[in-house]
Amino acid sequence: MDTLDLLMQGFSTALTPMNLLYACIGVLLGTAVGVLPGIGPAMAVALLLPVTYNLGPTSALIMFAGIYYGGMYGGSTTSILLNTPGESSTVITAIEGHKMAKAGRAAQALATAAIGSFVAGTIGTALLAVCAPFVVKFAVSLGPSSYLAIMVLGLLTVTAVLGSSKIRGFASLGLGLAIGLVGLDPVTGQQRLVFGIPLLSDGIDIVVVAVAIFAVGEALWIAAHLRRNKMETIPVGQPWMGKKDWRRSWKPWLRGTAFGFPFGAMPAGGAEVPTFLSYVTEKKLSKHPEEFGHGAIEGVAGPEAANNASAAGTLTPLLALGLPTNATAAVMLAALVQFGIQPGPLLFENEPVLVWGLIASLFIGNTLLLLINLPMAPLWAKLLQIPRPYLYAGILFFATLGAFSVNMQAFDLVLLLVLGALGFAMRRYGLPVLPLIIGLILGPRIEGQLRKSLQLSGGDVSGLFNEPVGVVVYILVVILLALPLFIRLWRKFRPQKPGAMHVEDQIHA
Amino acid sequence: MSQKTDAGTPASKGRSELGIAALLGAAGAVVLVDASRIAAPYSQSDPVGPRTMPLVIGVLLLVSAAALAVNVLRGGRGQAEEGEDVDLTHPSDWKTVLPLVGAFVLNILLIDAAGWVISGTVLFWGSVWALGSRHYIRDGLISLGLALATFYGFYFGLGIKLPAGILAGVL
Repeated sequence: MDTLDLLMQGFSTALTPMNLLYACIGVLLGTAVGVLPGIGPAMAVALLLPVTYNLGPTSALIMFAGIYYGGMYGGSTTSILLNTPGESSTVITAIEGHKMAKAGRAAQALATAAIGSFVAGTIGTALLAVCAPFVVKFAVSLGPSSYLAIMVLGLLTVTAVLGSSKIRGFASLGLGLAIGLVGLDPVTGQQRLVFGIPLLSDGIDIVVVAVAIFAVGEALWIAAHLRRNKMETIPVGQPWMGKKDWRRSWKPWLRGTAFGFPFGAMPAGGAEVPTFLSYVTEKKLSKHPEEFGHGAIEGVAGPEAANNASAAGTLTPLLALGLPTNATAAVMLAALVQFGIQPGPLLFENEPVLVWGLIASLFIGNTLLLLINLPMAPLWAKLLQIPRPYLYAGILFFATLGAFSVNMQAFDLVLLLVLGALGFAMRRYGLPVLPLIIGLILGPRIEGQLRKSLQLSGGDVSGLFNEPVGVVVYILVVILLALPLFIRLWRKFRPQKPGAMHVEDQIHA
Repeated sequence: MSQKTDAGTPASKGRSELGIAALLGAAGAVVLVDASRIAAPYSQSDPVGPRTMPLVIGVLLLVSAAALAVNVLRGGRGQAEEGEDVDLTHPSDWKTVLPLVGAFVLNILLIDAAGWVISGTVLFWGSVWALGSRHYIRDGLISLGLALATFYGFYFGLGIKLPAGILAGVL
């Protein structure tokens, strides 16, 4: 019961008054940014990075984790009451949730979402506590060549599997990797992409890039397309559920959790696929399939649970391998690096206080979230009425402040504007921002592992394939990249399309 | 930059997306030219050297530039990002974006000389105005309040000294 001991120690870390305070701030901020349009957990964490330098890593990460989980709760409130999901992971929730709200069952929809999120988040966090040490045990024995392979897998899957256009994904990845090159080469000290500008020789701060892409780019993009007509928010009272709602919700919660966690833990799992799978499953298993499309409570309970469980799953590769698989995790990894902590499997050994304090704080944060979201949902919904000029001016204001306070250089603000314009263009032309951020963060680490591997083998390329794990991962990479090609060939010879491929049909059937 | 050249019709949007391909191509070229300039004698302790990654990334950028150009010419379109407050039925509204950028630039120019309290006030007030608020006095007071609060909050709360500028003796 080693894990249990460590977890108990984690609770003693997380329950100190200071850390408890940061967990509270985190979940409050997280719910707020989840509810507010145009601002999500990744942006919130990026904006707070510079401010948290003086906090110490444990408190900062506890706060970030609270924001991460809180964003999920807040996001579901918005998608149920407003029917315009801010994030792709809550698209499915919006389908049934908004129908329920329109039919006067907003209270039940919010309740099943919040309680389902709590159940899934708690189980997911428990699975994280159990699984992560196993992954670590397996991973500490790996050499640089296997790490290289795993990171390449993470990079390529995020780029090629998520998002609608592979070309645009790789374009975004290339931009991120190029930004990551700027500065002095860590081994030889050679200048790369510095162009004789001394301020660039330290590289471009990840905070500046993250704030530019997530905050400035987003604010400018929304400003250019700001909705003129006011959106209608459905008024809501205190969330509650009757006996029948409980009976119809608890199984979808558990099944959603079972879908969400493993997908979140996979390099390219994300939250979209499990929420969709959960929705389809609930529709198939439901005793009231006719209600689907008109506000079926199972269609909110399952996907919401899947969404939160996948959030917990995402933390497994982040903490155990140093591999981020979504935007918030990527910014959290950047935070670790800023604090001078080396991410990777040694994290559990070197920073047990931080890791287990963080995991324990997830249990606490999740409980706090249920407590603040269930009775206070109507209050949170009021946030939607904030005048938009103040909201978006505020995002620009705090983005500027955050980026400036890192180095106190006006030059960073020039970079912020240029990269913000890039973020604007990427949103307009459908380039996903996730590959850019992941490429920026993993690029230099991949280069480091590549050079270490070949250094060990004395320049012999076979040094890249000297561990079975690495070879298996490369085979996976090849399969993943070749899979669409096979599917296309398969379709060519088998013209009738398999029904399961049609997301839209399934939802609207 | 009139609104007509913007995402008004699908055809014009298609052509403008080639600009992204050009940007990627230019970025790839810059990365490759920069890499070719790096002197990297072979060394046993670092067989990969500082040039390999830039070469790979430069090629990746050039290939995606070419692929994107082909995709666009064949009628492929990137999907503009949606969101709660985003209404894609009207084209990009430069009358909002350009003043926003203006406020941002003004802040960059003022922040060191005039100090954060003044430049931050200008930034927030200008942004709120650009976004359509016309409560000049209320907005001005809120802007000044925010700038002052962050200045002192950072100073006392975080120990970060934002530039005081011309108000150095006053604050």
